[in-house]
Amino acid sequence: MSDTSASMPSFADRVRPIAAGGTIVGVHFLGKTPVFVLGEEALLFAGDDQRRVAIHAGGILASASDGKRIVTGGDDGTLVATEDSGEHRILATDDKKRWIDQIALGPDGAVAWSAGKTAHVLTKKGEPRGLEAPSTVAGLAFAPKGFRLGVAHYNGVTLWFPNAVGAAPERLEWKGSHLSVAFSPDGKFLVTAMQEPTLHGWRLADAKHMRMSGYSARVRSLSWIADGDFLATSGSEQLILWPFDGKDGPMGRQPKLMAQSPARVAVVACHPRQPVVAVGYADGAVVLVRIDDGALIEVKAAGAAPVTALGWATNGQTLAFGTEAGEAGALSF
Amino acid sequence: MTDATATPAKIPVTVLTGYLGAGKTTLLNRILSEPHGKKFAVIVNEFGEIGIDNELVVNADEEVFEMNNGCICCTVRGDLVRIIDGLMRRKGKFDAIIVETTGLADPAPVAQTFFMDEQVGAKTKLDAVVTVADAKWLKDRLKDAPEVKNQIAFADVILINKTDLVEPAELSEIEARIRAINPYARLHRTERAKIDIGEVLGRNAFDLDRILDIEPAFLDAEEEHVHEHEHGHDHVHHHGEGHNEVHVHHGLKHYHDEDMQSVALKTDKPLNPDKFFPWVQDLVATDGPSILRSKGILSFKDDPERFVFQGVHMILDGDHQRPWKEGEERSSRIVFIGRNLPEEKIRTGFESCVA
Repeated sequence: MSDTSASMPSFADRVRPIAAGGTIVGVHFLGKTPVFVLGEEALLFAGDDQRRVAIHAGGILASASDGKRIVTGGDDGTLVATEDSGEHRILATDDKKRWIDQIALGPDGAVAWSAGKTAHVLTKKGEPRGLEAPSTVAGLAFAPKGFRLGVAHYNGVTLWFPNAVGAAPERLEWKGSHLSVAFSPDGKFLVTAMQEPTLHGWRLADAKHMRMSGYSARVRSLSWIADGDFLATSGSEQLILWPFDGKDGPMGRQPKLMAQSPARVAVVACHPRQPVVAVGYADGAVVLVRIDDGALIEVKAAGAAPVTALGWATNGQTLAFGTEAGEAGALSF
Repeated sequence: MTDATATPAKIPVTVLTGYLGAGKTTLLNRILSEPHGKKFAVIVNEFGEIGIDNELVVNADEEVFEMNNGCICCTVRGDLVRIIDGLMRRKGKFDAIIVETTGLADPAPVAQTFFMDEQVGAKTKLDAVVTVADAKWLKDRLKDAPEVKNQIAFADVILINKTDLVEPAELSEIEARIRAINPYARLHRTERAKIDIGEVLGRNAFDLDRILDIEPAFLDAEEEHVHEHEHGHDHVHHHGEGHNEVHVHHGLKHYHDEDMQSVALKTDKPLNPDKFFPWVQDLVATDGPSILRSKGILSFKDDPERFVFQGVHMILDGDHQRPWKEGEERSSRIVFIGRNLPEEKIRTGFESCVA
């Protein structure tokens, strides 16, 4: 942030520093407590007293949270749900001990995960469902209402109703490897990040294609602004925001570019209520960006390692961040 | 264990290839069981039958994905992108990664993954492609299995394994056939894949700083072998062996493989970079599918530094390496290994790059 740091206001001195003691790969909030997902074995509950809870026998590959629990998948082939008490239980074990590396949680309590080419769903009633994708599942997302699951794979996305037994899944096709998937909050659009430094999108009403390109690296982080008007993305040396406020989404329109930096944006996390985006860079810096005018506030100065995790408390009162080297912090407003 | 706050060194990745039954897994288990004190993460294909004695073993699906850039030879191994990303969560638990491919795998998508995926390239580096060949069956496989030719052509290090199953004369012929396809790889004769692991790991074969010498390796390989083995001093011309031409030079038979060759060019005249770069980029854009590997050391006009490059299909990686030394011969040398290479076109194109 060499260009702007001189003039940028900073909240860095208000951050509560947290020593995670290991690579951080994610962060979620259970109530007011930031819970860091470590690269190996454990969750770190970083409330007033810090607790490390071992939940996997190995690397933690994926995590998702609905605010009440954190569900993690590991290279030990287990899917684990952890409550805010720290109590945890195994929801599923892959029969071949394969990596569980994609997870999505539905609004009604359903859990989706994948190992290899198989996407699994445990419905809210606890019934197991399965879908064989044409290639390894690389991304999972529930549609906002939670009835439909988007399964990203090579050459497209499969839309599947896990509750409708026997119904043929729908396929959205686009050549190439789709590595993550996200529905817009209004459920009208579906966006994937591809192996190439580009996004692909579909308008679900008519499967019309959208291509969003111009990135300098693969897009690894997607986050929707609370009202759904913008999709915030990593993958460039600035925050890139695609407009989704009209019926055509970003088709024929330019993205907003903000928070320019010499370092690449690594993680983005939109505030749950306000038009504000937390942006973490590959040089370790974290800033808050106000979308209306592009105003910036520093949260963390550049450091030793890339930012790997950003998360907001459900009420938007606290932001937590973590880096690959295990530096972490929480900023409350 | 590396210091987490320092700029982390990239984890070296060794790729083991070879046809079914050649001895890849034997070599892998040998590497793992040597008392070297190193820890490895091992990525194996899911159809492997022999057990791997290692703590960190990941099963791969060998999914080859085309890149959306209009180039059919730009492929990556999607499973490797995912697995390496996952393994990086356990950084510190291993010093190096070994990827064992299936016998039918093409090494190119594996190698290209390290150049095409920015995240993989930032965390790991391709060290070398090591190919295990079966001394008894290689000749047959070169005729009926195109994968084997790819694996030989692509290799930085080749183990001719199971040498105890063939006669010395047959072994010399196998070496000559390998040399006809790939004169640049380091060649080793082994029994039960027994080899000093320093010969297969830490080769830096894709490191631009280490492209010190692109002379055909058979010169020094030959010297090595003179002490250990006796070459069949066969001065008879073996015409009519399959479709291959055979030439005999000072005792070693030299074959010409009918579809996989190398083209090596050299000039003492300095090159014009404004001619060379467009030419080489155009060459790999049009002939990339047939060019498996390329390497070069270049002398540009009025440039005090030597320029080096290496490539896989149409992906080229190049940089200034170091100043030319006092008295060093300032020549430009380039090498292509590939299938049905348009040698005359490459030669005239290269010559037209002279300043």
